[in-house]
Formats: sequence, structure tokens, C-alpha cells
Amino acid sequence: MTIAGWLQIALVLGVVAAAAIPLGSYSARLMQGGRTWLHPLLGPVERACYRLAGIDPTAPMGWRGYLGALLIFNAAHFLLLYAMLRLQGLLPLNPQAVAAMSPRLAFNTAISFVTNTNWQAYSGESGVSYFTQMLGLTVHNFLSAASGIAAAFAVARAFAAGGVTSLGNFWADMVRATLYILLPLTVMLTIILIAAGVPQTLAAYPVATTLQGAHQVIALGPIAFQEAIKLLGTNGGGFLNANSAHPFEDPSALITMIECVALTLIPFSLPFAFGEVVGDRRQGRALFLVMFILVIAAVAACYAAEAAANPLLTGIDPTGGNMEGKETRFGIALSSLFAVLTTGTSCGAVNAMHDSFMPLGGMVVLFMIQLGEVLPGGVGSGLYGILVFALLAVFVAGLMVGRTPEYLGKKVQAREVKLAMLAVLILPLTILGGTAISLVTASGLGSLANAGPHGLTEMLYGWSSAAGNNGSAFAGLSADTGLLDWGLAGAMLLGRFATLVPIMALAGSLAQKPKLAGGAGTFPTHGPLFVGLLIGVILILGGLQFLPALSLGPLAEQFAMLSGTSY
Amino acid sequence: MSNIRAETIALFEPSIIGRGLRDAVVKLNPASLIANPVIFVTEVVAILTTLLGLRDALMGTGTAWFALSIGAWLWLTVLFATFAEAVAEGRGRARAESMRAARTDTLAHRLADPRDRDHFDNVAAPDLRAGDCVIVCAGELVPSDGEVIEGVASVNESAITGESAPVIREAGGDRSAVTGGTQLVSDWLVIRITASPGSTFLDRMIKLVEGAERRKTPNEIALDILLAGMTIIFLIAVVTLVGLADYSGTRLSVPVLAALLVTLIPTTIGGLLSAIGIAGMDRLVRFNVVATSGRAVEAAGDVDTLLLDKTGTITFGNRMAGSFIPATGVAEQTLAEACVLASVGDDTPEGRSILGFARDRYGIVPTPPAGASLVAFSANTRLSGLDHQGRAWRKGAVDSILSFVGTPAPAGVTEATERVARSGGTPLAVSVDGAVLGVIELKDVVKPGIRARFAELRRMGIRTVMVTGDNRVTAAAIATEAGVDDFIAEATPQDKLDYIRRVQAEGRLVAMAGDGTNDAPALAQADVGVAMQTGTQAAREAGNMVDLDSDPTKLIEVVEIGKQLLITRGALTTFSIANDVSKYFAILPAIFVATYPGLAALNVMRLASPQSAILSAVIFNALIIVALVPLALRGVRFSPMGAAALLRRNLLIYGLGGLVAPFIGIKLIDLLLNALGLFQG
Amino acid sequence: MFSQLRPALTLILIFTLLTGLALPLGFVGLGAAVFPNQAGGSLIVRDGVVRGSALIGQDFTDPRYFHPRPSATTIADPNDATKTLPSPYAADASNGSNLAPTSATLVARVAASLAAWTHDGGPSPVPADALTTSASGLDPDISPANAQGQRARVAAARGLTDAAVRALVDAHTTRPLLGFIGEPHVNVLRLNLALDASAAP
Repeated sequence: MTIAGWLQIALVLGVVAAAAIPLGSYSARLMQGGRTWLHPLLGPVERACYRLAGIDPTAPMGWRGYLGALLIFNAAHFLLLYAMLRLQGLLPLNPQAVAAMSPRLAFNTAISFVTNTNWQAYSGESGVSYFTQMLGLTVHNFLSAASGIAAAFAVARAFAAGGVTSLGNFWADMVRATLYILLPLTVMLTIILIAAGVPQTLAAYPVATTLQGAHQVIALGPIAFQEAIKLLGTNGGGFLNANSAHPFEDPSALITMIECVALTLIPFSLPFAFGEVVGDRRQGRALFLVMFILVIAAVAACYAAEAAANPLLTGIDPTGGNMEGKETRFGIALSSLFAVLTTGTSCGAVNAMHDSFMPLGGMVVLFMIQLGEVLPGGVGSGLYGILVFALLAVFVAGLMVGRTPEYLGKKVQAREVKLAMLAVLILPLTILGGTAISLVTASGLGSLANAGPHGLTEMLYGWSSAAGNNGSAFAGLSADTGLLDWGLAGAMLLGRFATLVPIMALAGSLAQKPKLAGGAGTFPTHGPLFVGLLIGVILILGGLQFLPALSLGPLAEQFAMLSGTSY
Repeated sequence: MSNIRAETIALFEPSIIGRGLRDAVVKLNPASLIANPVIFVTEVVAILTTLLGLRDALMGTGTAWFALSIGAWLWLTVLFATFAEAVAEGRGRARAESMRAARTDTLAHRLADPRDRDHFDNVAAPDLRAGDCVIVCAGELVPSDGEVIEGVASVNESAITGESAPVIREAGGDRSAVTGGTQLVSDWLVIRITASPGSTFLDRMIKLVEGAERRKTPNEIALDILLAGMTIIFLIAVVTLVGLADYSGTRLSVPVLAALLVTLIPTTIGGLLSAIGIAGMDRLVRFNVVATSGRAVEAAGDVDTLLLDKTGTITFGNRMAGSFIPATGVAEQTLAEACVLASVGDDTPEGRSILGFARDRYGIVPTPPAGASLVAFSANTRLSGLDHQGRAWRKGAVDSILSFVGTPAPAGVTEATERVARSGGTPLAVSVDGAVLGVIELKDVVKPGIRARFAELRRMGIRTVMVTGDNRVTAAAIATEAGVDDFIAEATPQDKLDYIRRVQAEGRLVAMAGDGTNDAPALAQADVGVAMQTGTQAAREAGNMVDLDSDPTKLIEVVEIGKQLLITRGALTTFSIANDVSKYFAILPAIFVATYPGLAALNVMRLASPQSAILSAVIFNALIIVALVPLALRGVRFSPMGAAALLRRNLLIYGLGGLVAPFIGIKLIDLLLNALGLFQG
Repeated sequence: MFSQLRPALTLILIFTLLTGLALPLGFVGLGAAVFPNQAGGSLIVRDGVVRGSALIGQDFTDPRYFHPRPSATTIADPNDATKTLPSPYAADASNGSNLAPTSATLVARVAASLAAWTHDGGPSPVPADALTTSASGLDPDISPANAQGQRARVAAARGLTDAAVRALVDAHTTRPLLGFIGEPHVNVLRLNLALDASAAP
């Protein structure tokens, strides 16, 4: 670890924290129906959307109506993408003549983008046409992110008022999140990226004659715009196979730092927006701190692990750290930082190959996913995810102040606990169940690229990434098999919607409850005590169940590596 | 909770323990245990492990003793949990026995026509229906709960309240309710029965105290769901571990998996949860308050606004002499002596307080002159006094005295009267032979210590509201003196109801005590309504608690008992969950060290061998339940403080303690097991 | 339920046209107008021939050139579609090795690279990037230590003085921005282009 490395990390996290606060209050004002400085420009577009689609943006929706609209919207969009992937060979904007995807891979890919996972079982250069990249994947990046933001605000509103049924209007939330939050940031970032060398062209792949006289086909395309939304929407599906490790997606250290800011900005701003919506900024700040503290701890752990030398590789300069699977221009610090941020958010873009991370470095990023994608989580999904943990923390410890536990004036009772536990159950069930089944079947074992405990981690990571809607991978895993295409698609669906449904029901139930007044007798949820408590609950309720699996994977690998064993 | 009076049943009285052990075994029946998912899973796993252990023993496999030891400790885990519940129930049952003795099987004299007391037929008490009218005479037991519709009688209610002094019951007003099982000491009553057979107050009390028909409270249900959810999560983690271990080249045996599962699922709180609930009810009962449901006890913990009647709760109720204010030109000592003589004949508390005040302040011992005739206080004259040899000393309401003496008030008296009234007191005038000598200030005396008590409540986040019939001026003065947060002056029953509704609309939970029929709507509206046992049937039906001592002050302690119940539950839940961390460090290295020797590094407790590590974790897991039974029954120590401070303290003790304690416990058990030489060879 | 179909389909259509077509195409136009080189892939064209991209590494094996990091990119085996063949710096098939730190394959591969490095007279210990593959397989850069370690070989192969080569390497070493942003690195393609330019009088 170097001082320069830490300075880069501090700069990125500092900028994120500083920018998240104003963005949070901007978003809160916007989503509560207020005017922003962009309204003169985008207001006409917004109103045109409503008029064309026949939407009354003020029509209230109960949790069922809201969820129903969200599900219909996502289902329709899924079908459209599936059709595009199957028909891309016949569609225009396809200079490389990319053929149709297989039904299985198309299903996996369409699910992956509609769930904001963006798991890449395909290879961007050879598997997807420009048409699909632009009109399919890019649009999904916007709309699945907007769905997440909308749902997060719907949940936030449930805490804001007492005795209401409406959680807002999904269509209005979705349109506003897209137009006023995602779009302006994407436009800004796109310009930066193009200026820095990220291609944005419809030209066919140029063929270079190298200095040694060989031919090199250079894949490019309209990358910059998609790159921008892929990060801002925590989608993570790269235009190119190597994702943000590819020099065309991420040409320099400065750009990778900007990308780090881009992929965490909205998720870290939403707790602040939450504070504004519920009318108590301290509440948002506490949630932010929980996320931020755990992220810092994870970055430190990952950086320390990766900066160490691999004792199995002799003759190599030990001060260089683990450079296998990392780019020279990023180095150890920015690769570790990016890895933690992309797994802590449900982004899943990578600028280094997690599969080649040191055992403990890999464990840290894997654990970030397994903790439920709440640190700070995906756009929207991170906020509603951490609220579930907050409810559970309040429930477990809140009794200790001698009252029926309540969070922000809403009593946490049997129905809330049931729905919260349902949402929390999905992750261990899918991750551990899927991993166990895959590891005892020949098909699953055939997908592994590495042997020994690392093989177990590879499979565990795949299922964790799918269920957590992350999308990054221990990419040695051959995921385009029957078992994994269908299985991981199922895991992505469960991870997104089987948690969203109980959480929306939870929001509906909370919204109807009276909002009790706080006082000296109520459990304070804004101070350092609660921050510490919530961290403990996330680690114990969210993470402890993965410890047996982790001890057979990365921990076993770490000790094997130290004792000089290779597989 | 030092100020709560409780008859002490020793925590582990031998008779209760004996019965408890027997009941604990009966409770092992899976059909009843299924209501407790955590312990049910433990039992299923215990059965499985024991069967496999027996199979191994029969086939002569080497590890049979290990499986059987694990199995045995799993059984003990279940047994300790059922034992905790049985002991908690046993303590309530002891009290129920004494109540049951009072249940009557006497014959009731049922009247055909309530207006005709002479014609009745005799029916067995259990056959009485609601609406029947009966006549009860002196010496007879009241056959069932009812409302007095005619007559006045004194009734001994010791069967219910434990208080042997008889109380007056009469038709109309606020003292018209009678309870089945109480005994008439004098006179007769015509009673309209209000309870259906089997659901009299006494019946319900016995059931509540015994814990029979105990329904889970909302909070318990929520906690049960959390625990069931955690059990499922760990079940998933343990079952899938078979596949992961298989890939790694380890075959996990059932006893090992059983040990891992049972130590991870929250058996501690799962085993103690119902005992905590029963014990909380029991604490309330021993405090002579009966809650109609566990829900009410929990709600008591949530209350953040207390409506307290001024009289009897905040003040002594009886007005007491606070100062003597002489009229202009009258010596204070002269006035004091006149006050004493005028009050000798006044046997009311006010009168006695005047004598006491004069003795304490002026050293006057009342010595009525021989042959004096006393004039007792009467509601008509509103005067009391003394006549002796043609002289007349009088004391009474100011206007009564003025009309008695027939002259206008002398200088200083009118001003003094007004000043006293403004400050919340009641002025009395004193005259001797037609001259008004001065004014006695009767003050509504605030109970000593009540101010500190309210400050304490405020720290706990509870607002106190004083309810009084006094005018605003008087009410404000007393409110300031007592330190309440708000008051309702000139309160009508409707005012109370409106106030409760308004406060509830602000998102607050309200508790109040009441006894009159016109309190019933407010009692029903309040989140916690404590009715006085001496109150009307309507009030008792409307509230969700009945205070057998009829002491409205106890509202405060009821709130504290509610809080203590919830705190105990939360503390043990936190402790139980925090325990998990250590179990991983005990069991995971033990089961995987053969495959990955490096994982021995996780054995931070340096447990001697894999088998002793696993067994130690299981044993600790079982013993901690027994170790915490006293805490579950007694409740976590409660001291009134703000939520933040309370949470910090409890998190430190039960969160951090729960994290650390098992590391020490498991290590000690491991040392002991190995010292006993159980793991040699 | 069906009443929600119209907003769903209409909004998908609107946003597909807006974010899937209008904006990407707009940025293609903007890129071509304002940043033609960057938007087009930072291609290096000499005498009308595309010699590569400044951002994409090239495979160099000739001792006269500085060598890039090992690359894990592959192409499909023309004889067996289920297999792949090593094809370093295949810029249409970016990929990392994805080998675990405990992979025996990795240990063997690093040992082989180490032997080649030592054979070429590279100093010891070997800079980490010289023996490890990058994440994309297209890493255009190497560390300054890696470049300096290859100096002797290049100078010998080209018959240049060590000082001349050192001057070139130093001139092509990019320092961290503001002293701490990014790692110091050398763009191999640009360095080799400079080498060719300096060697061709």
C-alpha cells in the first residue's frame, strides 16, 4: 500500500460524499413533485411523456398498483429485449454481422438487464450488435435503474406520512428519475468519456497493421454513452467483454476515478434523499454513514490483500502486489477501490479481474455482494435493501428500550418482520442453494476454470452476483451452460423481484400505520449508536450465514496459498 | 423497580421446580412444541441424532458415543427450554389455586321480578345467565359478576383483592359493581348478573394467572417470525454446506451438522420467549393488577402520555391547612386558637389537618373547655364549630361564615380569600361571636416525591397530564407545583375523551386510570385503561386492566412493568443472536481442519480437539438457557432513563456480552471436558 | 392491470427512441465533430495505414521492440469451435486469464515468463507487470521498471546506445497526474513507434 494509493482512494470517496448530499436533496425535491433548475428544459419533455402515454402523474397508487405497474413495465421491456437479441441478425446497425443469440443465452441476458444485474454470459465484442447495444441494452440500463429509484422513493414515502395508502405514482417517478436524474448525469459523463478517448462511433471494427506486420481487429462502437449509464445506473454490463478494464471503456487512472464516482454517486445520494423525504436529515445521514464506514473498511481490507505479494510466484518483485488480472494504468489501489465499489453497489462493472484477486481480496468483494447489496447498493435497491436491515435492527434491539420497536414512528410488528425476513431469506436460499447444487453436478463442475477451494469461490461468486443483481463475475466461470444460463437467470429474477415484492408490501403496510411521535422514550435511529448497531446487524444477520461457505472457499485458499499449495 | 411491592415467591421454590420438571417432560410432545419453531427444530434434530447414534452403537461403529453425547445435549437443550416455560407457569399457578378456592358453587336466589324481592327460585350459580336478577343477603357469596340495582351493603372482596376491609356497594353511582366470589357482610343487594357462565371476572383472572389460554402477544408473534426466519436461514446454510463440503472432499456426519445447526439457530431466546411473557404477566398480577391480555401489558410499555387524576394520584386529595391569615388587627396566635376551637368538632380530614397544622406551627394542643357543645360539620350549613357559655366559634366556607355572622367582611379578609383562591387553595373563614378573625388557607397538598417521579417519567419520554375538576387557575397552580407537562382543568368525561383522541392523533399512546361509569368511554379510547376494582362494571369492562387495589398511582408502575417485559425480551434476543459468532469459531475449524489444515487458524479459542470443540459448543448452548432462566423470570433490571441511555447500556451488556461470553464459556467447558479425560485416544 | 399496458408500452417506446437512438446518435455526431480522434478509437495512422490504437496494446515479440505484458486473449480454434487458441492482444476478444492466485497453471506460466525474461537478460527481481497478464489482455502500458528492464535487450538488438534508449523510455514515461493520480506507465506502442522513428534516419 502506498500513500499515493490512499490519496487516490480518499479523493474518490471524498468527492462522492461531497456530491451525494446535494444530489440527494435535488432528487428528493424532484421526486416529491418539486421544481428543479432543469424543469424549464425538461418539463415539456416530461409533460409530453405523460400526454402520449395517457398518464396522470398525480394519480395515487397503493403498493399493489405501484408494484403492478412496475412489474408490467419490466415484463414488457424484458420481452422486447428478448426479441431484439433473438432477431439482431436481421436488424440494422450491425456492421459486424453479429448473429442471433441462442434462446437460452438471450433469456439469461434479457433477465440480466431487466433485473439491473447485467451479468455477461455473452461477449460484448462478438455477441451483441450495435442495434441491441443501443436500443436494447442501453435503454434497459436507463429504465431498470429508473425502476429501482422509483421503488426506493415509494418505500421512502411509506415512512414519511401516517395513515396513507398511496406510495406515489410509478409512471411519474420513473419518468422523473430518468429525465431529471439519470439523463443529465449521463450526458455530462458521456462528454467527459469521449474527450478522454472512449469511442462513440458506428464504424465497423478497423483492422490495424501492427508494427510487426500482423493484423489486429480493433473492436469499438458507440461505447461512451452506454458506458456512462452503465455506471450511473449501477448496471455494469460492459460494451466490451473486459468491461471497464478495457482501455476503450476506461482509458486512464483519472477516468477510472471518475467512473468510481459515477457508479457510487446515486446510490450514496439516496440515503440523503431519504432523510429529506422523511423530514429528518439525520436519519439519512446515519444510513449513509453505515454504508460509507463499511465501504471504507472493505476498501482497506481489499487493498491490503491485493498489495501483498503472491508467495507462490517466485522471482517476481514482491513490492508490486498482485498484478495478475490488473491494468498497469490503474495499479493496485484503484483496482481494489473499483472492485469494492462495484460490488458494494450492485454495479458489477470491473476494471480488474476479480477471479485473479488474492483469496482475501476476492473474499471482501464477494462478501460485499452477499451482505445484500446495500453498501451502498444499486440505484434504489440499495436504499430499500438497507431499510429492511434497519427495520430488523430496530426490531431486535429496539425492544431493549422497553417499547414496541418503531422506526421513524412506524411500529415494526409481525407483518413487517415477516415481509422483511422474506426479503432477507432470498439471498442465502438462492446463493447457497444454487452453489451447492452446481458443485455436486457434473455440468456445474465443468464450468469451473480453477480447481481447489478457488473453484468453490468461483461458483459461489457466480450465484452471489446473480442473486445480488451485481453482474460482476469470477469470470473464469463458463456461465453459458444450460444449468447456469437458466439457473442464474432464475437467481437474478428472485434476487430482484422476490425481494422487491415483499418490500413493496412492507412499504404498503408501513404507509398505512399511524406515524407515532418520537421523544426521549423512543429508540434513536440517527446517532452513532444506531450506526454501530446497524453495522452489526448487517454483518450478523446479512453475512454470518455465508461464513461456512467462505471458510471452504477463500479462507481455505488463503491458508493453502500461505502454506505453498497450488491447485 | 424497587418501589413495586410484590409478594415474594422464591425464584426457584422447590414445589414449583418439582412440578416444573414433570411439566417440562410433558411439553416435549412435538404436537405442542411446534408452536415454538426454534425448539421444535431442535427436537427434530435431537431425535435424528439420537437414532443415528443408537444405530451406530448397535452396529458397533466407533463414533457412536460422540453422536449419542451430542444427541443427549440436544435433548437437554429442548428440556431446558420447556422447563423454563413450566417454571414460569408454575409460579402463576400457585396464585390461581388460591383464587379458585373462592369460586362459588352456591345456590343463587333468582328473582322472577327484580322489583319483587320475595319470590325467587334457587339455581346453581354456574347456571346463571347474563340479565338474570338475584338477591344476595348478608353472609352469602355473590354468585356471579353483576350490577347492583337495589340496596346498599358492605362486601368483603378479599378473595379478589386480598384486602380484608369491607367496601360499600350500592345501586347507582360508581360503586355498583360486584364480583362473583365476594361475600356480603351486611344487609342485602339485588344484583343484575352481567357475566355469562364461565367468563366471570374470577374465571378470567384464574385463566390469565395460570397462563392457560395464553395467546401470544403481537410482539411475541413478530419475534417468533424473526426467529423462525433465522432458523430457516441457518437451516439453508447447514444443509447446503453438505454440497460445499462434498466438493471440498469432506463428508459431514449428521451429528456434526446437527451440532452446527442447533448452536446457530436462536435457541436461547427461542427457549425463553414464552417464559419471559408469562413471567411479565405474573409480575403484574403480583402487583395486584390484572391485565385482560398480554397485549395490554405490551401496550403499557409503549405509552408515552399518562392521564393522571389529580386527586389521590398527584395530591393527597384531602385539602390540608397551609396557613392562617388573620384579618387586619387580629393577632396570628389569636386566630390560631380560634381555628383550633372551631375545628375540634370537625371530624373531616380538613378539620383534622387544621388541628395538626396548629399543633405543628403554633404549638396549640386542642383543649375544648368543659361543657362545650360541639357543632359538627354538615353539608347544609357548611360550618363547624363550638358553643360554650354563649360564645360561638365557627369555621366554614367564607360566604357561609359571612352570612352566619351577618356583617360584611373585615379588612384583609376579602383580599386573603381572593389570594388563596387564585393560588389554587380553598379559603375558609373563622369567626368568634360574630367577628371574622381571619382566613384558613386549605391547600391541595401535592404528594411528596411526585415531582421527582414526573421528572423521571419525562426522562423516559413519558408526558404526564393532570386531570382535575378544578378551575383553570387552581389547576395551573397545582400543575406547576407537581411538575406535570399539561393539565385538563374543569374536566368533564367528554373533555378527557377529546384530549385522548387529540393526543392519539398526534401519534402518541395514552394510558389512564378511571373508575366511574362516565370514565368508560375514555378508558376504552385510551391505549391502556386501568379500571379500579372499586369502580363500576362499565368502567371495568371498558379498561384493559383492573387494579385490584384501586390505587390510581400504580399507573406509573404498570408502565414500568410493560417496559421491563419488552426490555427483557429484547435483551435476550440480542444476547442470543450475538452468541452465534463464537459458535462459528468453535465448530467450523473443527469440521474442516482435516481437509484444510490451515483452517486451524480460525480456532481462536484453541479448543483441544475437533470433537471436544463441537461438544463444548453444544453444551454451552444448552447450559446458557438454564443460566438465563432466572433473568427471564425476574426480568432485566429496569431503571428509568432515556431510550438512548437505556439502549447504550443494554447493548453493552447483552450485545457485547453476548458476543464475548460464549468464547469464555466454550473454552471453559472444553478445558473441563479434557480435564475429565473424555477425549483421550 | 391492462390499463397499465398503454403507459408501459408508450414509455418504453419513447425512451427507446430517446435514450437508445437519439442520444447515442447525437453523441456519435458530436464525437465525430468535436473529438474525431478519440471518438473513433484513438487510431494511429501512418501513411494512410492504421497501425493500431494508442489505447490498445499490441503484441511485440521481436527483441528490437519493447514487449508488452503477457496477454490472455484467445481466438476460437478454427479446427474445433469448443476450444480456443492463445492469441495475445486480440483486440476484438478482450479477456483476462482469470487464473486463481493458487492456480498451478498460473504458477507454471509465470515461471515460463520468468525464464524468458531472465534469458533476455532482464534484471531481478522482475517487475510484477512483466510476468502477469492484464485484466483486458489489451493493456497498452507497462511499468517504467519493466521498460527499463528491457532496455539492454532493445539497445543490443537495434545497435543503439543504452543512453539513447533510456532517453526514449524516459521521454515516454507518463508520470502520475498531480503526483498521485494513476501509476507511472509507458505506452508500449508509442515507445516502439518512437524507436522505429529514431532508428530510421
